Amino acid sequence: MAEIRVMRDDLLPPPSLERRHLLSIADLTRADVERLLGTARNFSRSLEREMKKLPTLRGRLVVNVFFESSTRTSSSFELAAKRLSADTMSIKASGSAVDKGESLKDTALTLGAYDPDIIVIRHPQIGGAHLVAGVTGAHVVNAGDGKHQHPTQALLDLYTLQEEFGRLEGLHVAIVGDVLHSRVARSLVQALDIVGARTTLVGPPTLLPRGIEAMGCATSTEIATIAAADVVYVLRMQRERMLEGANYVPSLREYSERWGVTPERLRPGQKVMHPGPMNRGVEIDARVADATDALIETQVRAGLVTRMAVLYDLLTSGPVGVKAAALTEVA
Amino acid sequence: MAAPSILFGKDIPGENLLLRGARVLDPEADVDGVMDVRIDAGTIAELGARLDPNAHRVVDGEGLLLAPAFVDPHVHLRTPGREDEETIASGTQAAAAGGYCAILAMPNTDPVVDSAAVLGSLVEAAASDAEIPVGFLAAISKGLEGTELTEMGALADAGAAGFTDDGEPVATPGLMRRALQYGAVSGRPLAVHCEETTLSRSGQMHEGAVSAELGFAGYPSVAESLMVERDLSLAAYEGRPVHLLHLSARESVDALRAARTAGVGATAEVTPHHLCLTDDALRSLDPNLKMNPPVRSTDDRAALLEGLRDGTIQAVATDHAPHARHEKDVPFEAAPFGVTGLETAFAALYTYLVEPGLLRLEALLQRMSAGPAAAYGLPVPRIAVGERANLVLLDTRAGWRVDEGAFRSRSANSWLLGRHLTGKVRMTVAAGATVFEA
Repeated sequence: MAEIRVMRDDLLPPPSLERRHLLSIADLTRADVERLLGTARNFSRSLEREMKKLPTLRGRLVVNVFFESSTRTSSSFELAAKRLSADTMSIKASGSAVDKGESLKDTALTLGAYDPDIIVIRHPQIGGAHLVAGVTGAHVVNAGDGKHQHPTQALLDLYTLQEEFGRLEGLHVAIVGDVLHSRVARSLVQALDIVGARTTLVGPPTLLPRGIEAMGCATSTEIATIAAADVVYVLRMQRERMLEGANYVPSLREYSERWGVTPERLRPGQKVMHPGPMNRGVEIDARVADATDALIETQVRAGLVTRMAVLYDLLTSGPVGVKAAALTEVA
Repeated sequence: MAAPSILFGKDIPGENLLLRGARVLDPEADVDGVMDVRIDAGTIAELGARLDPNAHRVVDGEGLLLAPAFVDPHVHLRTPGREDEETIASGTQAAAAGGYCAILAMPNTDPVVDSAAVLGSLVEAAASDAEIPVGFLAAISKGLEGTELTEMGALADAGAAGFTDDGEPVATPGLMRRALQYGAVSGRPLAVHCEETTLSRSGQMHEGAVSAELGFAGYPSVAESLMVERDLSLAAYEGRPVHLLHLSARESVDALRAARTAGVGATAEVTPHHLCLTDDALRSLDPNLKMNPPVRSTDDRAALLEGLRDGTIQAVATDHAPHARHEKDVPFEAAPFGVTGLETAFAALYTYLVEPGLLRLEALLQRMSAGPAAAYGLPVPRIAVGERANLVLLDTRAGWRVDEGAFRSRSANSWLLGRHLTGKVRMTVAAGATVFEA
């Protein structure tokens, strides 16, 4: 069976490990990102084998706590932990003590009492994962905190781009849609900036947050600008955001007419990504979603190996502030 | 010092004190020099060198600074309704420790201070619980609902120090105009929280590059300045004064400066946190940095500082807003707005403004004492013979760490937790009596 291990001594965990978390892409260096992607690539090769389970995290406990509904992120974290032989425990907000009014802090303290190695948390409020990191001894992975961050999504997107283009440096990605409410967009802009790729945010003026250019991206309200990009990354148009007379856009119909990603608006061969779940016919035309140039299923597969890499990395060398570790697979 | 009808506290007999050898600095009275101050039965009796102590208690002030005690025009005492967060006793103890000789409490309690009955109960409680004199503002609108005026005449008779719907703007221009008109019968100031709520909506922090990056709903500066402009226009039209609470934006300061130049009788206050912090600090996601209005950009901060220097803004106000620990121990987005400030205001401003040379010490002392007192028509603390002793003894060389356990306030939601500050209050004398000594 394949063993993933660190080859050079200086790449081993430092003797006194600070507690490390993955809370925000902003905490990562380029070396961290490259190491994580390298680890993910190694795991993807191990998954091609008939026996897909690795013994790496045997005896470790990974707790998934999801305070928001999620299919792909929660299932992918759970499978990632299982592929690495960790014990897993998944908790959803409904049917738990949260329904009885328990605070996030108390939930975190309760789970912390089981001494988990990693807590993966999704929370509807910005700072949810940070709060958990502050009150438990576990490594914390932010699986989405409100409109703030979704770092593993950004990493899996980088992984997808790297696999498709063979490079990240110099790529130009157009992110289209509701940037204002999107943690995916925020994390991805930072991640692309770290690896030397360019980003243009495209959408209605009301959904491009004031001051976002300071993150190192361009903005445009013209859908035609997407043609200049190597990749068009389509954000989910969150119907729930469009309620309550917020007037971000007059109607979904008008939105999809002006900013929907259709075959006519793409160059032939232009790649398309989407974090899911899609609203076909709203932000993305079904023909685009189903075309061979769509990398959407690739993203889902990338999610598994990237999350395996994140779990592995946190329990070994750690992504934050630790120099790059080239990982080598040893047969 | 208290005009008995609007400041209330324990009836403490005046002391006999001799404060020896401190640098006495009162910018208003034009006093600056090392001297002794003798207080007879709570009243300043003599200033001079080597005064005879007689039987007075002698306090050694050598190397220290003696200044007029501070006046905080904006405190939330959370009483009635949230006595777990603050009481009249704990809030005034905290104020005494912060060097204050008088504070004004805001009426957004539960129930709201919108009737003479509620106000009367506070006045009565203050007489037994307040360590330093405290004044109570009453609401402009019943229940802070922005529809019906309170009985401003009866409230003024019952001792209201002024009127405000703080926490909320005066909901409509029509009601604001009526408040300005009818408020004249009370003879007390009107104070306004300027926020156009259809613009601030669910805003969590200043709208700008940092909110864009963090994903927080933005609370734009124009949400404040638009309402500042409305209230200044109405004040100008009615020829009535207005006091602007806790300014945060450059455009607000600009509008105020223009209105004052045009002769409008407007005053304003600014908090230590708006003077010391910018939105950049919120990257820590610390719920103790969540306040309304939010701390804003570097440019806004500079404008507030300039306004404080040139006198456009007359007062430093803490907007001391205690919150229970469990309410702040939540993700930033779920936390309530507000931070404490009574026990750290001087040290924070000394450390972040005076020491780096951004604000003169004299100006800071003036804006923490005479400025706010004058804005509300309270007696101005002065160091002069014949004045009631309202004094603060400060050690501007002492460094200290802000520790959660050391507050006299019942709440510890300070934005300064764990920080090191310079400048310590050694003693506070309020209305002739020592109310704090360390």
